[in-house]
Amino acid sequence: MKYQVDKNGFYGKFGGAFIPELLYSNVEYLKEHYLNIIQDTSFKKEFKMLLKDYAGRPTPLYFAKRLSAKYNTNIFLKREDLNHTGAHKINNTIGQILLAKRLGKKRIIAETGAGQHGVATATVSALMGLQCIVYMGEVDMKRQAPNVARMEMLGAEVRPAISGSKTLKDATNEAIRDWINHPEDTYYLIGSVVGPHPYPDMVARFQSVISEEMKYQMKEKTGSENPDKIIACVGGGSNAAGAFYHYLENESVELIAVEAEGMGIKSGKTAATTQTGTEGIIHGSKTLLMQNNDGQIIEPYSLSAGLDYPGIGPLHAFLFKSHRGKFLGATDKEALQAAFELTRMEGIIPALESAHALAVLPKIKLKKEETVIINLSGRGDKDMQTYSSNLNALKNNF
Amino acid sequence: MNRIDSLIKEKKNILNIYITAGYPEKDDTVFIVKSLEKAGVDMIEIGMPYSDPLADGPVIQHSSNRALANGIHLDTIFYQIQEIRKNIEALPIIVMGYFNQLMQYGVERFLEKAAASGVDGLIIPDLPVDIYNEKYRRKTEELELDMIFLITPQTSDDRIHQIDEATRGFLYVVSSSSTTGNTASLKKKQESYFERIAQMQLRNPFLVGFGISDKTSFDLACRYASGAIIGSAFIKAIENTSNLDKTIHQFIKKIKS
Repeated sequence: MKYQVDKNGFYGKFGGAFIPELLYSNVEYLKEHYLNIIQDTSFKKEFKMLLKDYAGRPTPLYFAKRLSAKYNTNIFLKREDLNHTGAHKINNTIGQILLAKRLGKKRIIAETGAGQHGVATATVSALMGLQCIVYMGEVDMKRQAPNVARMEMLGAEVRPAISGSKTLKDATNEAIRDWINHPEDTYYLIGSVVGPHPYPDMVARFQSVISEEMKYQMKEKTGSENPDKIIACVGGGSNAAGAFYHYLENESVELIAVEAEGMGIKSGKTAATTQTGTEGIIHGSKTLLMQNNDGQIIEPYSLSAGLDYPGIGPLHAFLFKSHRGKFLGATDKEALQAAFELTRMEGIIPALESAHALAVLPKIKLKKEETVIINLSGRGDKDMQTYSSNLNALKNNF
Repeated sequence: MNRIDSLIKEKKNILNIYITAGYPEKDDTVFIVKSLEKAGVDMIEIGMPYSDPLADGPVIQHSSNRALANGIHLDTIFYQIQEIRKNIEALPIIVMGYFNQLMQYGVERFLEKAAASGVDGLIIPDLPVDIYNEKYRRKTEELELDMIFLITPQTSDDRIHQIDEATRGFLYVVSSSSTTGNTASLKKKQESYFERIAQMQLRNPFLVGFGISDKTSFDLACRYASGAIIGSAFIKAIENTSNLDKTIHQFIKKIKS
């Protein structure tokens, strides 16, 4: 199992747990117990039941006929946007809230960028009757206002992160500091495959339901479990990890990760980590991140709040370095145009994050007989303000 | 015997003051250390400003951001420490920073530069003990630098012994579960925690830090420990002062009186 985490929490040289002693006992306890808990029969039963009856799984694998015709290939959309709360994030929050309950924790904290993970955490906290506090960058609270309202409706307290660029990185810092200050009653429910071991592996496992379903759905639709390509966007990388998971060891399936180039990788306003980053430590994990020569972390930029993060999960850093994954990028403009294209050709408004995955279709070589799965990680309701203000330009370019 | 060991052997109630390098102004570091030394401070911890200091509360985050905006770099800090050492021989100097800073500088290069500049000890809160033992301990000890690890109220006895084994100089006992600068007063619970550590017969002496802000908390920590570390309260005190030297002397006098 080449692409699984090792016993010390590393994917090759990436991963580990570079954390202050203040977090050690909590993280160590998780590390020692997470596999036993999540592989327990009663846990698996409850997790499966909630994914089915509460989140609405399995999500459809939809053959996008008009889009396929345009790109002269066979494009399938994995409809994570149809999950309860509107994105793949709920898969992971259901898993972790069940874990938190078994650990006897009373207070749930989370970070969020686009607000999708925050909403998904607030949702499962309401479901379990647990207190929930979500840290969100002040900038993101403005650009994803509908999600702030949803979290508050769900009973969560949304606390603004006001340091740094006031986005996802800073929200994560604040959540970690909160955990340091409340080590006994609090569970930190991380939303992506980032952070100290065991989080990247745990989140990937909970999200792996995406590729588990893809396999039998592809078999039903095409006769083969395996597509030729899987495309997913990467901020921290949780939807990509889930979409790739059961195909990692099958090297005949090409895995394509799409990062947010923002205004372009040479503009200084970008979140394309593999193109502009180097090895270092962020949020307790050794991975690739955007930093200067002094190791100070560079503020990222993307129009998409969910991809506006200066690192990637250690699994993705390993996929990149080992060439198992192909890493591409899409700019703000390309993502907006791709979102508009999907909307007008298939009647699906995607999240701006997922639109980055769609945006590489014109950039890659596709063959007529090939099958391609795009992981449509979320829906675009939260991005309507951004889409509306760009609508005229988008129409003209279409 | 290095400066830290000699100090702890000779003195009780050691007052260690944390400062952020390059704060409030880039070139204040040398002046502040000289002034602290004159005011009677026993040891100095110099924070190397970092963009994402996970273990630090708002006061030190703010001072770090300001120092970074002032244009401070690791080489500036080493230079400042060399300047301090031209006049001040005995005062132990510890530097505190995050592991990513060392990684980017080159860990071995960092250790060599620190030792050559007159640094006595290091606090790198996110450097895991096992990785230190495996990769960096030999070099650190060859250079006679003390690696100082943290323990917290959540740290188990077994782990305290492991950390004690890896530590040189002193153990940094975090007073309560919090980031730096949390000034909730030290409570009974913490006293029994200090007492437990004191009775564990560890090889290293210990200093208490986090949440030490005034004479009362300093004195209480010193009943159990060799001394204590004050950070955020001092940073706050010098933030807007018009007379740095006077403010420093007043601050230290209140603690030591």
